[in-house]
Amino acid sequence: MEPKPRFLTILDSISAVLFVVALGMVFFYAPTERVMGAVQRVFYFHVATAWVGMLGFMAAGVAGVAYLLSSDRKWDTVSLAAVEISLVFFFVTIIMGSIWARPAWGTWWTWEPRLTTAAIVELIYAAYLMLRQGIEDPDRRARFGAVYTILGFISVPATFLSIRLYRTIHPTVFGVSSPEAEGEFSMTPPMLQTLIFSVLTFSVIFASLLWHRIRLGRLAEKVEQLRLKIAH
Amino acid sequence: MSEEMRVVAGRVRAAQAGTGGFLRALLAVVWKDLAAELRSRELISAMLVFALLVILIFNFALELDPRTRSTVTSGVLWVTFAFAGTLGLNRSMAIEKDRGCLDGLLLAPVDRSAIYFGKAIGNLVFMLMVEAIVLPVYTVLYSVNLFHPGLILVIFLGSIGYTAIGTLLASMAVHTRTRDILLPILLFPVAIPVLIAAVKASAGFLEAIPLEEIMPWLNLIIAYDVIFIAVAFMVFDFIVEE
Repeated sequence: MEPKPRFLTILDSISAVLFVVALGMVFFYAPTERVMGAVQRVFYFHVATAWVGMLGFMAAGVAGVAYLLSSDRKWDTVSLAAVEISLVFFFVTIIMGSIWARPAWGTWWTWEPRLTTAAIVELIYAAYLMLRQGIEDPDRRARFGAVYTILGFISVPATFLSIRLYRTIHPTVFGVSSPEAEGEFSMTPPMLQTLIFSVLTFSVIFASLLWHRIRLGRLAEKVEQLRLKIAH
Repeated sequence: MSEEMRVVAGRVRAAQAGTGGFLRALLAVVWKDLAAELRSRELISAMLVFALLVILIFNFALELDPRTRSTVTSGVLWVTFAFAGTLGLNRSMAIEKDRGCLDGLLLAPVDRSAIYFGKAIGNLVFMLMVEAIVLPVYTVLYSVNLFHPGLILVIFLGSIGYTAIGTLLASMAVHTRTRDILLPILLFPVAIPVLIAAVKASAGFLEAIPLEEIMPWLNLIIAYDVIFIAVAFMVFDFIVEE
């Protein structure tokens, strides 16, 4: 078994430190929002996890394309790792969004484009995991997985667009909000700094988790090969 | 190799020789599906009975009184089509796999995408046949006139997108352990854009909303059709590769 790389250990420590600092910034550095109060502090991690989760799904799709082009199993491991971590990140996003939506919109959930798309994204990638589970042959599993991540990643913008054709009440903190948006606020510089720092923190956490998950995937592959060897 | 398979493989191979081989191979696959269905009538009858049952259940679940009917008709229709379509997609791939026909098809020296398009067109024809029967039945049962050219166009375009992605995913699902339950799980979340757009566009035509307001939905369906047919064309080789 390969030993844990030293840089990965360093990355773990950096993620832990960054996370504590980000948490501190969210609670003590960023000012309390005037209208919504303390619950607005959810926003920093909400945006950060959503952003990183989306990038992770994109990475999974890109790794899928790379797998189909190269037939190198390492890309399949990357793709699966990215999907698994992003699923958790997205779930965290939805939960934190609900916590914020309850006081801000007066409901835990509403069928609004971003929320609906997020729910469908979770379903697509849950289906991806189920698809993989049902296939024994590792090469076929990798090929089908790659195809499905590509299909999923193409359909997500279309889903968002199709639901966007309805009106939205989700606030757009960057860019122009729709006139129906509720729970909007404009950011002061400390708020923006906290947000950027949170996004950075979660990107580092994502990278470190991804690395761990890829190592785990490689080990699992080795176990599978050993098991096949014994069986023969 | 069964007799039937050999005939099919022979026909496909014969089609490949000469010009326009791709088109002839494609038509051979479509023809094989239609001929097999014409003899057994397994697929269409199952899809049709299932579709009518779904409508029957909706009748009680939603209390389809005249007032509600006008707003939910397009939703009921598309749920029915989507469910019945899944049934057909699953079956059309399962028979290929179970009787070893898929291997026979893949052995034929034709472009693999001709097999994909052949299967997809076959599935589309079955879905359209079911729709062609469901529409008049629904019209009679609920006295809603569904024979609007716009609605028929939407149903046609929506079915293209649904079967294009459905055929691709069915050929994936058929290789898995849990294939019958897996297809809808794989298909529905990815098909949501085309289903939403189709429901909205159908409702638009039924409620006689001005065309400018329906156009975005129609454009979305067309864009979805084009994108997913292109993607399926590109990735189908990877799915049937051994």
